[in-house]
Amino acid sequence: MSAGRPPSLLGATWVLVRKDLLLEWRTRARANALVFFALATLLLFSFALGPDTTILRRAAGGTLWLAILLASVLALGESFRVEQENAALDGLRLAPADARALFLAKSLANALLLMLLGAVILPVLAALAGVTLVQGPGPMAVVLVLGALAIAGPGTLYAAISSQARARDVLLPLLLFPLLIPALVAAAKATSLVFEGDPMLQFQSWLGLLAGFDLVYWSLGFVLFPRVLED
Amino acid sequence: MTHALFTVVGVAVVGGGLYALVRGPASWRAGVAVLALVLLVSGAWYGLVQAPPDREMGNVQRIMYVHVPAQWMALMAVTLNFLCSVAYLFRPSWPKDALAEASAEVGLFFGAVGLVLGSIWGKPTWGVYWSWDPRLTSEAILLVAYAGYLALRRFIDDAERRAVWSAVVGIIIAVDIPIIWFSVRWWRSLHQMQSSPSTVDPDMVRALRWNAFAFLALWLVFLSTRYLIARARTEREMAPPPMVAEAAT
Repeated sequence: MSAGRPPSLLGATWVLVRKDLLLEWRTRARANALVFFALATLLLFSFALGPDTTILRRAAGGTLWLAILLASVLALGESFRVEQENAALDGLRLAPADARALFLAKSLANALLLMLLGAVILPVLAALAGVTLVQGPGPMAVVLVLGALAIAGPGTLYAAISSQARARDVLLPLLLFPLLIPALVAAAKATSLVFEGDPMLQFQSWLGLLAGFDLVYWSLGFVLFPRVLED
Repeated sequence: MTHALFTVVGVAVVGGGLYALVRGPASWRAGVAVLALVLLVSGAWYGLVQAPPDREMGNVQRIMYVHVPAQWMALMAVTLNFLCSVAYLFRPSWPKDALAEASAEVGLFFGAVGLVLGSIWGKPTWGVYWSWDPRLTSEAILLVAYAGYLALRRFIDDAERRAVWSAVVGIIIAVDIPIIWFSVRWWRSLHQMQSSPSTVDPDMVRALRWNAFAFLALWLVFLSTRYLIARARTEREMAPPPMVAEAAT
């Protein structure tokens, strides 16, 4: 970056994403905690649904996304908590970083973390529930990417709000969960179709819904995030 | 053409009524509350006695006369909340914020009433209270979302931040409505289609209209009262502490 000229939107986003990922990489504390939290959730679901493997197999798509969703609340809350230490968020805004770049960077970093989480717990789920990727790894990867984006986009916006409110640990899931139900339905259905085959060719429609959700909420977050940060 | 005219006139009358109730003396609100009570009693008489029983559902169908108006009022309140949220972000002002808060709470109330009445109606007609019907399911999701909106308002102490953030959340929830609707409809469907007034017994139409006006009067009273409470609270928050106020005079 040359001195004096403000960085472009994408340039600033790139720097901020690198900053977030570097912070994460230095300790890896959040990623480790998330993985073990999600694994514990998977085990809990397996115990709650019983040892009957046919039930576990049919519920596998929903189980995967519920584990990711529950873990995401912790990840999202944490991603803004670190910015409040030493008023780092104010420092970033004075840098000056465009608030929209901040939104893109935070959402992208959170989405990457959730994709990684999904990729790590997927083999464990496959073993626990006895499912295989009937459709192959390609469609599964697409669902993981779109689903992680769907959680991270609105999740980052809401985390920015709730991190500065009282009772933020209650507030974030209370705001986020009802909003994400369409994304959860689409991601869980699409994942089940990957696990069990897609004789009715419904996979595309669910992916379309998920992609539409991503598009709507990333654009909305992009437009509204500056208003959330301003004082 | 006539539909558009009705809509414009309706919006003007409701908006004017709301404005009058908010600005006028408290006795006006009391008057409309009495009117709502009279309308509700006579609406119940129309719905329970005057209107004929439904050909297929029998007397059970009479719950429609309160279920549908409650849902209309919830829809109106949610629309108002969305409009206030957008307007606030473009040009902030306290009345818009207070109206957004009032409409979210009133919408939550009427939505909850409509939801409960709908599931009571569902038991004898569909055989179950909760059928995962797309409309009721979407509405249940939205009620939780607006409960989150109201919780957010309670958890932020700074009045200006509360106004901006809840406007953002109000817009986000409103945008989710069509997406929720589509996803849940693909997921499952059972709800009956609406009937048009031209195919329905005039007594049934009258019972529904009467109750709709009763609910509208109630809606206006609730909304204006809740608005005044919200305004009073923000004013108290923004006011200087008593010592400072005394020193200034």
